[in-house]
Amino acid sequence: MAFEGLSQKLQNIFKKLTGRGKLSENDIKEAMREVRIALLEADVNYTIVKDFIKKVTERAIGAEILQSLTPGQQVIKIVNEELTALMGSTQSKLTVSPKPPTIILLCGLQGAGKTTMAAKLAGYLQKQGKKPLLVGCDIYRPAAIDQLKVLASQLQVPVFERGTADPVETAYLSVDYAIHKLADTVIVDTAGRLHIDEQMMQEIVAIRDKIKPTEILLTIDAMTGQDAVNVAKAFNDSIGIDGVIVTKLDGDTRGGAALSVKAVTGKPIKFAGTGEKLSDIEPFHPDRMASRILGMGDVLTLIEKAQSEFDEKSAAELEKKLQSNRFDLNDFLDQFKQIRKMGGIGSIMGMMGVDKSKMTSEEDAEKQMKRTEAIIQSMTMKERHNPQILDGSRRKRIAAGSGTTVTDVNRLINQFEQSKKMMKMFRNKKKGFKMPF
Amino acid sequence: MGENGFWAKLYKGLTKTRESLADKLSSLFGGAGELDDDFFEELEMILISADIGAVTTERIIEALRDEIKKEKMKTADEAREALVRIITEMMSTSEPYEPKKPTVILIVGVNGVGKTTVIGKLGNLYKSEGLSVMFAAGDTFRAAAVEQLGIWAERVGAPCVKHQEGSDSAAVIFDAVRSAKAKKTDVLICDTAGRLHNKHNLMEELRKINSVIEKEYPEADRQVWLALDATTGQNAVAQAKAFAAVSGINGIVLNKMDGTAKGGIVISICNEMEIPVRYIGVGEGIDDIRPFDATEFCRAMIKTA
Ligand SMILES: Nc1nc2c(ncn2[C@@H]2O[C@H](COP(=O)(O)OP(=O)(O)OP(=O)(O)O)[C@@H](O)[C@H]2O)c(=O)[nH]1
Ligand SMILES: [Mg+2]
Repeated sequence: MAFEGLSQKLQNIFKKLTGRGKLSENDIKEAMREVRIALLEADVNYTIVKDFIKKVTERAIGAEILQSLTPGQQVIKIVNEELTALMGSTQSKLTVSPKPPTIILLCGLQGAGKTTMAAKLAGYLQKQGKKPLLVGCDIYRPAAIDQLKVLASQLQVPVFERGTADPVETAYLSVDYAIHKLADTVIVDTAGRLHIDEQMMQEIVAIRDKIKPTEILLTIDAMTGQDAVNVAKAFNDSIGIDGVIVTKLDGDTRGGAALSVKAVTGKPIKFAGTGEKLSDIEPFHPDRMASRILGMGDVLTLIEKAQSEFDEKSAAELEKKLQSNRFDLNDFLDQFKQIRKMGGIGSIMGMMGVDKSKMTSEEDAEKQMKRTEAIIQSMTMKERHNPQILDGSRRKRIAAGSGTTVTDVNRLINQFEQSKKMMKMFRNKKKGFKMPF
Repeated sequence: MGENGFWAKLYKGLTKTRESLADKLSSLFGGAGELDDDFFEELEMILISADIGAVTTERIIEALRDEIKKEKMKTADEAREALVRIITEMMSTSEPYEPKKPTVILIVGVNGVGKTTVIGKLGNLYKSEGLSVMFAAGDTFRAAAVEQLGIWAERVGAPCVKHQEGSDSAAVIFDAVRSAKAKKTDVLICDTAGRLHNKHNLMEELRKINSVIEKEYPEADRQVWLALDATTGQNAVAQAKAFAAVSGINGIVLNKMDGTAKGGIVISICNEMEIPVRYIGVGEGIDDIRPFDATEFCRAMIKTA
């Protein structure tokens, strides 16, 4: 297909370019034509593609070409980065209601895969020690409730249903039933409906108003085309969704609809359905989606490698700094960000001197990291270079500026000193050792 | 964060586009409008938004430009008619289907595209034309799929051959063919489990099912129809190719045309693979099915809601 060739085409366009240096406007224009077609063939919405191309073009013209990359790779790198930025880079979790039960309402078009997803979610939450209850509110499609019941029995999860009785009332009654049965999570499966079907949209609004869901999740088929924006916008406008689930990602679709939906609703994609088995559910990784849409996983891996060589260079620089005792809070923050990029929460916790067993969750770690960043960012450059000048009044100001306490600031500076020591120790112990984190 | 600002802007942009699209279209094809660059850019947007695909859209627009030049067209009105002609021609293989006696129709497709529902609708349609109809519950995989088709069979008043969930799909079809022959049923319509076209084993299963019909019922008119969901984007082409490879599809039913999706992807499929579109599904009700009409389809596509 036109698509497989994108990286090849880009490489060809840039072959003519022998020199390095900067990307010229003409090269970019030609490349962007290919990128545009690729995105459209991946089902990213027309308008979104248009804006995207404009943005990337602006950024790419005059961009410095990294030493380790070819011009073609440099463009792909920029495209990929911008696409990742659009998809969002952090994974989003389900919200848990402080007062149980947590209520999850699934909605979407016909055939998107809601019923299967409802059961998968139940299985997923069950594995995390939750007690889910499935609620069957699809009274229209023949045997939909049977389907839910069969799936639920495979998981040994209870189902609340009232046959073809009013689904609004069924949803309402299910919450009391859950409380009575000590279920802590209610998952409501609803009938598939068209976003332009007023009566059916009113029904789901009525369900929402009755049960006040913790999470309203729009289920969308990964193979959806240009219409995804209309669907997502209509559902979001009429019931206000909190997140999205993309199903059937085990197919070979590029899945541009995922980007469209994110763009038009601004809501995160929380889960992906990746098969027909009930265990085929995964938290959604937006960064991986970007490279899937581009269909250039292999090229991206190459670029990553080149990038990591680049990073190695900066590691060597760091080493030099350590040697000459110039490792400062800026470097500390850099390292922090780099690890964060790699998602190495565990190692960061170690670095921050946090006892893992005392850490209740990754969310806590995330909070810690944000605090650390905020504190360093509230320092002046001079302070970052020379932490020894941080006296009491400076610490007080930094605490106020970062929304933390002086104790937090003190702790951070301690951590900084400690990791400096630690790094030196490591370096002396083992030659050639690059970074302890 | 900066990201939110971008979303907000984009969101507004989209709303605006959608609202103005209808206006622009009426002016685009509103009669005396000029055939300038703006015209072609708008047209491109309409065609791509209908899921026709960037490459096919380019081809269509090129053909239209040629036509405009050749016929010295001046107005949008003339251009519209030319466009309808071009697209209709691309779909010229599409023709309504008249069942023979006997006929066996195998419905295949990915998950959730409306296979089972369209079987109910087709059964009802043929029955109303005085033909005898039988269903085969070939989806032995998905939970409650057999019950679902059973309910449709009851609605239609047609017999339904079924085995237990989890049994061999080819065996059900085999039994159904035997039974249809014995009862001299005019039209046998077989359901199959939804399967993604990149799952090798499941596709091989389909090959087996298809060859059972071929072997057991050579005297029947054998139809294998791919059910497509109109909301599907470019992936439908890959679906058509993969299903054609294992089961030699000779028809398409395009479901869910009652939404806002335009189903433009069938143009490429129809054109490149010469597979006719047989019917469109326009709702969940038993009567919500229409024979495919390329000209009508095309007109609906360039007329936005
Ligand atoms: N709006 C609309 N909904 C449809 C149409 N055709 C089918 N549906 C709905 O789409 C959903 C899926 O339809 P099914 O017939 O179960 O699809 P399937 O392909 O048999 O699904 P699997 O067997 O699970 O792969 C159901 O809720 C149907 O009511 C249509 O033309 N328009
Ligand atoms: Mg089915």
